[in-house]
Amino acid sequence: MFGKLGLDSIPFYDPIIVSLMIMTALGGAVVLGGVTYYRKWGYLWSEWVTSVDHKKIGIMYFIVALVMLVRGIGEALMMRAQLAIASGGAEGFLPPEHYDQLFTTHGVIMIFFVAMPMVIGLMNLIVPLQIGARDVAYPFLNNLSFWLFVSGAMIVNLSLFIGEFGTTGWLAYAPLSGIEYSPGVGVDYWIWALQISGVGTTLTGINFFVTILKMRAPGMKMFRMPIFTWTSLCANVLIIASFPILTATIALLTLDRYLGMNFFTNDLGGNVMMYVNLIWAWGHPEVYILILPAFGVFSEVVATYARKRLFGYHTMVWATVAITILSFVVWLHHFFTMGAGANVNAFFGIMTMIIAIPTGVKVFNWLFTMYRGSIEMSVPMLWLIGFIIVFTIGGMTGVMLSVPAANFVLHNSLFVIAHFHNVIIGGVVFGMMAGMYYWFPKAFGFKLDEKWGKRSFWCWLIGFLMAFMPLYVLSFDGAVRRMSSYGPTEWQPMMIVAFIGACIILMGILSTLIMVAVSIKNRHSMKYADMSGDPWDGRTLEWATSSPAPFYNFAHLPKISGIDDFWRQKQEGREAIGTGPYQDIHMPRNTIAGPVISLFSLIFGFALVWHIWWLAIVGGIGMFVAFIARVANDDIDYYVPAAEVERIENEHKQRLEEYREWVKQHPEEASHLQVRMQG
Amino acid sequence: MRKNLYAKAAGLLLLLSLFLLLGGCSSALMDPKGQIGEEQRTLILTAFGIMQIVVIPVIGMTLFFAWRYRRGNHNAAYTPDWAHNTWVEVVVWLIPCVIVLFLAGLTWYTSNSLDPHKPIAEDGEETMEIQAVSMDWKWLFIYPEQGIATVNELAFPADTPVRFKVSSASVMNSFFIPDLGSQIYAMAGMDNDVHLIADEEGTYPGRSTNYSGSGFSGMTFDAHVTSEDGFDEWVAEVKESSKSISFDDGYRELLKPSRNHPVEYFSEVSPTLYDDILNVYHSGEPVEVLPDETGYKHASSDHQEQDGDMAMNAEAAE
Repeated sequence: MFGKLGLDSIPFYDPIIVSLMIMTALGGAVVLGGVTYYRKWGYLWSEWVTSVDHKKIGIMYFIVALVMLVRGIGEALMMRAQLAIASGGAEGFLPPEHYDQLFTTHGVIMIFFVAMPMVIGLMNLIVPLQIGARDVAYPFLNNLSFWLFVSGAMIVNLSLFIGEFGTTGWLAYAPLSGIEYSPGVGVDYWIWALQISGVGTTLTGINFFVTILKMRAPGMKMFRMPIFTWTSLCANVLIIASFPILTATIALLTLDRYLGMNFFTNDLGGNVMMYVNLIWAWGHPEVYILILPAFGVFSEVVATYARKRLFGYHTMVWATVAITILSFVVWLHHFFTMGAGANVNAFFGIMTMIIAIPTGVKVFNWLFTMYRGSIEMSVPMLWLIGFIIVFTIGGMTGVMLSVPAANFVLHNSLFVIAHFHNVIIGGVVFGMMAGMYYWFPKAFGFKLDEKWGKRSFWCWLIGFLMAFMPLYVLSFDGAVRRMSSYGPTEWQPMMIVAFIGACIILMGILSTLIMVAVSIKNRHSMKYADMSGDPWDGRTLEWATSSPAPFYNFAHLPKISGIDDFWRQKQEGREAIGTGPYQDIHMPRNTIAGPVISLFSLIFGFALVWHIWWLAIVGGIGMFVAFIARVANDDIDYYVPAAEVERIENEHKQRLEEYREWVKQHPEEASHLQVRMQG
Repeated sequence: MRKNLYAKAAGLLLLLSLFLLLGGCSSALMDPKGQIGEEQRTLILTAFGIMQIVVIPVIGMTLFFAWRYRRGNHNAAYTPDWAHNTWVEVVVWLIPCVIVLFLAGLTWYTSNSLDPHKPIAEDGEETMEIQAVSMDWKWLFIYPEQGIATVNELAFPADTPVRFKVSSASVMNSFFIPDLGSQIYAMAGMDNDVHLIADEEGTYPGRSTNYSGSGFSGMTFDAHVTSEDGFDEWVAEVKESSKSISFDDGYRELLKPSRNHPVEYFSEVSPTLYDDILNVYHSGEPVEVLPDETGYKHASSDHQEQDGDMAMNAEAAE
């Protein structure tokens, strides 16, 4: 009846998991109770769950990402604590099986359920605004993508309490992930979490690709798009091209595990290195899916806070495109030690180095944007400076790894761990933190607290250096990744430094959460409120509308005549905000199909993990029926009456007047208005 | 107040980097004990050095520009519309290109000269062969010329080129002795190899670097690099063992997953053992995988058993 699932699948004997279970139950009860007490279910349902508004979907992506980030850092701390004590043959406090699950879930969560939703969340929030569109091309698909992603995240979280997650490492290399070597449900959780959220990601890729190509405001040619939109476009091209490889690879592994096939087994003609090749053919583009939008964020941030046009716009675009293409021809550098011939290794090594050229050019472009700028040392600018320094070091170690003959001694060591945290924390995380601070007012209508923002940055920077620089040193002495204990006691001091570093990073994350809390508390004060819709004196279109942006984004679709058109309008003193008469605006209706299909996908995935076949059939049919019902539904759009648009726009204008009045009286508060004279 | 904080942070970083530098000097990769390792150290340091041409100016410029063009500095120039300069763009493309061109040449050359499959021995010189098989979770080393085998212990004379043939009887692992240089993957049914040489006697730790399951952390071994006489003595010692191993006898026992497996000697080994292990994966028959009975289980009933085991271990320890 319940397949492999039984009461003994719940690890009641593990005190860590039981206490987590109690905490989660209590936390959940508080949240659900609070929503019930304040009668917010209707609001949540109609304003968020069923919403097709790209801005709200973007915010929800980010919230889920932050929740998962807390779980991810918790796992990191447990691992670092384990290695700080498990020296000289000591067992430490985690048995290897538990430790192996931790590094597997840490990798899966941080990449798929933290970095990806942050990137996709920012894209959702900003790209339609930057191109002057009222929504994405397929609003329903966007909602579905989000909920499929949540479904995947829920499957990972269920594995914490029911059964186990994989103990194979985040990419589940075959044959270790095969049924003979991993007979438990752990790898199946991994499979279904990634497949379901992966479908969501692929749909997002298609959605944003079409949105950027087809829905740009009149006059916005490709070479007038903001760089963040460009990098998002390239990231979505990569998603469309690479995620199907992941889906197919996991599907083959699924056939091996569920139907006894032999694609990736040791025996009967299976080829394990084929798995490794395929997974990296997706895996390498994946890291560029994450980093390109972060590059985009920094390109926006540096131009805004240096109050200067981005240096070398065209170079920046071509560098991005070059990286996009090159990212597909370097995957073998993840396994030079496979034993391929010298020339094969050399080819992939050199292709990898070539990527450093456009990346280096981007760094120089940011530097020359700062050159002769008027730099406001705001929080996103701090992230940018930290990023350039940390990312440059990470890029350098990446090039070292790309030399095959050097890779033969560095591969699988802590050098690799230090390198990719160097680029993923220094690049993606710093980028997303900068983007969050920069665009928060656009999402919520008030700014984030600067003091806590800066504290967060310093904790992350110092914590990062302390946590990962020692790993470079240890790698030179043969310390490898994924070991749960080690013999040489002389490694212990460095391991303790790394643990302290991880604790400081935790303080950085707590500072971020405090920053949000403090800002919410003060959101009505004039120092925090963003009444103008343009708090940083921005350059791109998202700042042309009010904060938070109205659900239709723009009352009139803007007409674009150049790069940084909004900035030029302001310089020329043209009224940036439109006036009447207004027209009816065509908008998509909310949908319940997204959450319903995703709920059935969760049931489907969970049932397949535990081999509960009848429930899987229920889930499968449920998804299908809900989808057909959605397809048959013709009532999917409506018109916002012109009178309603006028009311909303007038409210914004009134607030803008109030704000201008206030700035006149408090010139010292609006520091960004104090521009130095040109020259 | 803020200045103070920055100064403290800078001081901390300086201290940390000094600490790191000191830690790196005497490490396995920076003080290698064989020709391959030495060439790889030179390669790593060369690549690192070349890249400083970009890395140091970039970090310096970042900090300098951020300070120089801060909003409060009214002495600095401000050119809000300056966004293109052909010469600057040519230079920023050219510098990385030149560096990568140099590194690419170095890569091409060293990929061939340090190809793990390339014999070290010059003509006439003898190469010793050792076969290494990764198992759950230990290393089986077969000496075909001496007719002996060991588990989790290696020995070979200094200044003798050694060809390690590497395969696996389980999932993927990687064979690595950091002090000597290159590692290579061990994969079931695949006959991989790596050529290494040691030029100094001593005991060097070796291990699997590729995660292979719950016993992975204990997949370590010692490599004893000896004199010629010392090696003969070691072989004689192994030959004193009462155990022998062949594919049909003793190998299956060894296949059972075990953690932190002790060193074992086999005085006799079937000359076809390595090939037998390779060929079993190409036989067209399913290969049996023995269950792991060493680990802790999730089901509660098994858990009590595990408690029992732990109590026993505790007694044994006493």
